[in-house]
Amino acid sequence: MTTKLLAGQDVEVDAEGFLVDPSQWNEEVARAMAKEEGIDTLTDKHMQVINFMRSEYMAKGTAPNIRSLGKTSGVSVKELYQLFPKGPAKLAAKLGGISKPHGCI
Amino acid sequence: MSEPIEKVSIIISKGSLEGVYPGLIMANGARAEGIDANLFFTFFGMDAIHKQRWGNMKVATVGNPGLHIPTIIGIIPGMSAIATKMMSSKIKKLDFPTIPEFVEMIADTGAGIYACLASADLFGFTKDDLVDQVQGIITVGEFYEKAAGGPIIFT
Repeated sequence: MTTKLLAGQDVEVDAEGFLVDPSQWNEEVARAMAKEEGIDTLTDKHMQVINFMRSEYMAKGTAPNIRSLGKTSGVSVKELYQLFPKGPAKLAAKLGGISKPHGCI
Repeated sequence: MSEPIEKVSIIISKGSLEGVYPGLIMANGARAEGIDANLFFTFFGMDAIHKQRWGNMKVATVGNPGLHIPTIIGIIPGMSAIATKMMSSKIKKLDFPTIPEFVEMIADTGAGIYACLASADLFGFTKDDLVDQVQGIITVGEFYEKAAGGPIIFT
């Protein structure tokens, strides 16, 4: 675990750069993380997915995988990969300040 | 730290339910991690991308010691259907996708989906027999070109 400065704010991150404490998250942190991941601007659509991930995580304690994300977020699998080419579920979880989805599917 | 994997090419050669799922899980899992993936269906694995067959894949009850039923039982007509039904209901309970849904989803992730030319010739399949997600019937040489730079996994 290390401390990292993101959007002018000190946050705790794990070895892969995921926030350790989801309450340290805000949209500015998300934007700063997105830049590091090669996404220059977070569009409304990106934010829709990120916020959906967060609300699912808060409600259920785990992040949805790509399949349920495609079924329930209102954004199709195809579009999810256009928004987050480097793995939508993993990346949206990261940018949403929650831990990554666990599971094989 | 080792270099991360950037691309994988997975060959699916078996025509049973348990022969097809592992390759699909690996391809989908690769894409979920941001790794490029190609799927190459060959021999009986082609059933998983065949319009009339991809929804009817069965568990092999003969020559499958992992199933833990005696071969003599496995040959009884209907055994494969029973084993398939049992596994399918487990798959459904775990909320795993069916093979058609899985192949559709993997295509949507941007993975390459290809059929083997030699097998298509052998079975007399044309592009019209195969599902729309198949991007082409390609030669082994073309497969190696597409696989260049990443590991190849044979299942």
